[in-house]
Amino acid sequence: MTLAMLGEAWRAMGANRMRTILTMLGMVIGVAAVVLMMSIGQGAQYAIKQSISAMGSNLFILLSGSTQTSGVRTGSGGALTLTVNDAAAIAELPGVQAVAPINPGDAQVVYGPANWNTAIIGTTPAYLDVRAWQIVSGAAFTASDVRSATRVALIGQTAAQNLFGDENPLGKTIRIKQSPFIILGILASKGQGMDGRDQDDTIIIPLTTAQRSVFGIRFPGTVRMIMVQSTGLEVMPEVEAAMTGLLRQRHRIRENADNDFSLRNLTAVANSAEESTRIMSMLLGAIASVSLLVGGIGIMNIMLVSVTERTREIGIRMAIGARERDILLQFLLEAIIISVAGCLIGLLIGVGGALLTEALTGTLVIISGSSVLVAFGVAATVGIFFGFYPARKAARMDPIEALRYQ
Amino acid sequence: MSDAVIRIMDLSKSYATSAGLFPALKNVSLTINRGEFVAIMGPSGSGKSTFMNILGCLDAPTGGQYQLNNRQVSELGRDELALLRNQTIGFVFQGFNLLQRMTLLDNVALPLIYAGVEHAERSQRAHELLTRVGLADKANSLPNQISGGQQQRVAIARALINRPRLLLADEPTGNLDSHTGVEIMALFSELNLEGITIVLVTHEADIASHAKRQVRFYDGSIISDHATAQELQP
Ligand SMILES: Nc1ncnc2c1ncn2[C@@H]1O[C@H](COP(=O)(O)OP(=O)(O)OP(=O)(O)O)[C@@H](O)[C@H]1O
Ligand SMILES: [Mg+2]
Repeated sequence: MTLAMLGEAWRAMGANRMRTILTMLGMVIGVAAVVLMMSIGQGAQYAIKQSISAMGSNLFILLSGSTQTSGVRTGSGGALTLTVNDAAAIAELPGVQAVAPINPGDAQVVYGPANWNTAIIGTTPAYLDVRAWQIVSGAAFTASDVRSATRVALIGQTAAQNLFGDENPLGKTIRIKQSPFIILGILASKGQGMDGRDQDDTIIIPLTTAQRSVFGIRFPGTVRMIMVQSTGLEVMPEVEAAMTGLLRQRHRIRENADNDFSLRNLTAVANSAEESTRIMSMLLGAIASVSLLVGGIGIMNIMLVSVTERTREIGIRMAIGARERDILLQFLLEAIIISVAGCLIGLLIGVGGALLTEALTGTLVIISGSSVLVAFGVAATVGIFFGFYPARKAARMDPIEALRYQ
Repeated sequence: MSDAVIRIMDLSKSYATSAGLFPALKNVSLTINRGEFVAIMGPSGSGKSTFMNILGCLDAPTGGQYQLNNRQVSELGRDELALLRNQTIGFVFQGFNLLQRMTLLDNVALPLIYAGVEHAERSQRAHELLTRVGLADKANSLPNQISGGQQQRVAIARALINRPRLLLADEPTGNLDSHTGVEIMALFSELNLEGITIVLVTHEADIASHAKRQVRFYDGSIISDHATAQELQP
């Protein structure tokens, strides 16, 4: 019975091939758009999640100099107001897990004939904990390396690749601003940071060594920034308030004066970045769904035309014994075949488009089973939903009226 | 229980037109028994097609009663009417009303789809009937590839596929030449001999003479109803 109906639906669609294809096209575009947008959106979400977990969790960053000094931005070149002692004091606060004072910069690094400009991070061993950064081979430098300002370095994957090629960097000596440094360890890969920079293009050295041998600091003991990790997400507000209070006190800032440092909750920033990509990908999906809806309306439109055109046929079928549900099923099947076939083609195009996007732009795309399923489900529903009204219209016809229709 | 297949009492039908209600049938009463072969005649516009459509459960009267096989048709729902059209009644139209996209075989087999018959049996029975009407060799042609007389024979085969006990035909020979018309009438006579009750509408007296009984309509009423004179029957 249903098989015979399928055959008939197929024949009816074949009789109007061009129209069937055009109707299907609406569905194809809708589904392809949904799949493509969802793949790109989920890829973006995944990338953000990755870089957030690479950043480390429950993080604050303290920067020297106020960003809001009465309209005059001191910028990163301004006075270094934070000190190593500030960092030590913060480490004593309740709710603080680890504190890493940091002096960042960049420098030309030389190994043999190779020459590479890379980011230099002068810091303490706590930095690796704060950033949850592993060493893949060798070892980290220690607190005593920091105290005695030894010339040792940890090297990131990209920097290692560019300076050493296939050679093993461990134990080799590189020159940073003429000073020799021995590579103690190789850092695990971290990939792109939130700012889009390659975090593996980095060399980490002891803070004191950086100050003396690389950056030539004016006031020893001052740092550009301090990274603070709290013991948990829930204590972050208290830790934030405690740090601000502590630093204002230590820096002897009067009641109404602005801070001479700035404090950012990196985790909050990261979470809001994640939230906004999530919203963006939802928005993309929603916009794409509209095209699915338009495709559905296209199906309804064509089915209505088809029902009117075939009024006489419906009359004949009723005259020889077709019941309401037979006619309903016939037209519903046509709508469903069109939308499901359109959906399948759309899936292929959407997945192909997503893979092409990844190949061409390097943007991460994730084609998840759920997004494919959702697109398919929505398409089938759209077919049934928009096919139902025309089909019911056909099924409810009066036999004699339908037979008289010219 | 009586032998009446069709029992019509005081039947009327009015059409709503822009000029108000138009009475196409006025208090028609008629009984047709099992095995009868009735020709319905009358001038154009006298209400013959209106009457046939009601007999065929395609249209509903506006007044009076129609009993088919002792069942009150007005009390039946849409699905029950569909079932009657599928199993009890075979209807042959003046304009053949074949589905143009389908082969003759599929056209003939179509009522069986709605009767829930399996594919193999469908095509076997459709083949038998096409053979019976002499068109077995054209089973896979399309309706527009054969002549009008052949199309009407296909339509009759379709009307017969579910072995109905009542065959209704509204001017089945109206679009055919007189020779082909006589052939079709011979087929009807044969079917009537097999016990199928037949009601057909015609304009032509010599076509009507194949029937055993002649009912004449005029202006929505029956004005005469008599057996065909013996000497007129071929
Ligand atoms: N759908 C309709 N709406 C309004 N009036 C109609 C309708 N169908 C038929 N009529 C009118 O009812 C009357 C009877 O029509 P019917 O078709 O039954 O005549 P008929 O006897 O079959 O004629 P013919 O021999 O020409 O086929 C006619 O006057 C016709 O104009
Ligand atoms: Mg007529």
